[in-house]
Amino acid sequence: MNRPRLALIAATGVAAAVLAACGGGSSDVAGAGNQAGGKSVGTLSLYAYAVPKPGFDKIIPGFNATADGKGIAFQQSYGASGDQSRKVAAGAEADVVNFSVEPDVTRLVDAGLVDKDWNANQYKGVPFGSVVTVVVRKGNPQGIKDWDDLLQPGLEVVTPNPFSSGSAKWNLLAPYAAKSDGGQNAQAGLDYLGKLVGDHVKIQPKSGREASEAFLQGTGDALLTYENEALFLERSGEKVEHVTPPATFKIENPIAVVNTSKDLAKAKAFVAYTFTPAAQKLWAQAGFRPVDPAVASEYAKDFPAPTKLWTIADLGGWPSVDKALFDKEKGSVAKIYDAATQ
Amino acid sequence: MTSALLTEPTPPPATSGRGWRGRDGRGGGGRASITGAVGPLGYGLVTLWLSVIVLLPLAALTVTSFENGLSGWWDAVTAPSALAALKVTVGISLVVAVLNAFMGTLIAWVLVRDEFPGKGAVNALIDLPFALPTIVASIVLLSLYGPQSPVGIHLNATQPGVLVALAFVTLPFVVRSVQPVLIEADRDVEQAAASLGASNLTIFRTVVLPVLLPAVASGAGLAFARAIGEYGSVVLIGGNIPRHTQVASQYIQQQIEVDSPVNAAAVSVALLLIAFVALFVLRVLAGRGLRRQERAA
Repeated sequence: MNRPRLALIAATGVAAAVLAACGGGSSDVAGAGNQAGGKSVGTLSLYAYAVPKPGFDKIIPGFNATADGKGIAFQQSYGASGDQSRKVAAGAEADVVNFSVEPDVTRLVDAGLVDKDWNANQYKGVPFGSVVTVVVRKGNPQGIKDWDDLLQPGLEVVTPNPFSSGSAKWNLLAPYAAKSDGGQNAQAGLDYLGKLVGDHVKIQPKSGREASEAFLQGTGDALLTYENEALFLERSGEKVEHVTPPATFKIENPIAVVNTSKDLAKAKAFVAYTFTPAAQKLWAQAGFRPVDPAVASEYAKDFPAPTKLWTIADLGGWPSVDKALFDKEKGSVAKIYDAATQ
Repeated sequence: MTSALLTEPTPPPATSGRGWRGRDGRGGGGRASITGAVGPLGYGLVTLWLSVIVLLPLAALTVTSFENGLSGWWDAVTAPSALAALKVTVGISLVVAVLNAFMGTLIAWVLVRDEFPGKGAVNALIDLPFALPTIVASIVLLSLYGPQSPVGIHLNATQPGVLVALAFVTLPFVVRSVQPVLIEADRDVEQAAASLGASNLTIFRTVVLPVLLPAVASGAGLAFARAIGEYGSVVLIGGNIPRHTQVASQYIQQQIEVDSPVNAAAVSVALLLIAFVALFVLRVLAGRGLRRQERAA
């Protein structure tokens, strides 16, 4: 009875392989390790949201060129901000995280994976950012210059659904802050959003990139997005231009060290590097607004200053804004979206 | 997403048209004994494999969906927006399944019974929707049938747009399940019927269709199950408009994004139940059809 035994051994082998494959989880996206300076002295795993990839493509070689970063390889994973945050919360091994909105970091603080003082530095843990802007067709046929111009009869606006994309909340906070005078007159802000979402927003893409894609394929007359995305679209030769309304909103994208990192010193060094003047210049070259004042003034012509730039702090910070506007049951914006599709 | 896990082997197996030789239902089994049983080792392997691939994930999903008890599950599934998404999904998927049943059978018929130049290429084309990343399909569909349509068809953010996307990704199911049956079908009976003066329609209705029906039904069932779980291809052309073109998988994504994983799991389980019931009903019907045929034979 040789044959059955052979089969048994083979089957056991298959089963073992299957179980091993289930057990041995590895990172899902392996970025190209940067082997600057020959031998690798360690690997940092970066979980970031999708948009700043062009920035990190410059920042990582820049870090590798410093004494601290010599020979460190990077495993990079990019995706939707909320998804990335949930992955790390669920146990994906990350050393450094970079998200679109602060609540995605707060999720990890609550899970004990990020220290409570992650935003203790002078820039509140935000190495780069952007502003909310309006992308229009080449030549701006509708003459869109300010938020009220989006309410022209029959004009269609494309913006992602804030409940399927946390990052899309920025787009709605901009007109809300402008119309409510920084939250002083909340009703005026909500009235504007009610008109905008009810009469002018038709499709509800899941993410900023999908919204861009739909707009480029001819949907709508205006696209609400971040300045860096607008610059990216223009630089890749699309027939669009962007108009930043006089009063808009500051987008702040936080970075943090995961405290379970096996190489905490290196992770901290990398995060610290992203705030250095050298790195700030790289962010600016990739289309993101630097936070270092000296570098910002150097690149002032690329990033014109709006008349009024509201911040999330002006509205009372993310926890209260999320609760008042974006709570899925009671939030004012949730109600506006519900009413819009009845 | 999940529905692909529900693909049960249905008689006859859906393999590609070429090289199908399974008249005895045991194609190329090799060393199987007379009865065709595989013994305890086979059972063990099958159980292990099904557990790892299907049962464990589905059990975990189901457990998650009942975290707030049965009433919590019911509330999540019957929330107005969830119900709307389920209705849109099931409605459009049903139409897609019926459409596939007709068009898939027709395509299989042409591929088996007609000769034309480039037939091999067309035959290979059928499976392409399986290979294309669905988000790419969505971009292609949007550029073809969106606002800047080069052919003047505007389906962006409409239910027909969703329908086209679902029809695209489910095309191969019916074709590939009907093809082998048609190849195997006995032409003598058709010729006999014709020589006895039956019209083409009569021959099709009384001779061909009864043989094909189980395959058509199982193919349409698979297409339906695949359609209700579809996500990527609908994303861009559908427009994700709640109560109009938002499909259940998009609603599920939204629930995950607002940190309601239990609601997301509940709606997923509802989709699984719908798919399971549909496949089960079709199998029962197909089984009856087969038995009726055997009695008639």
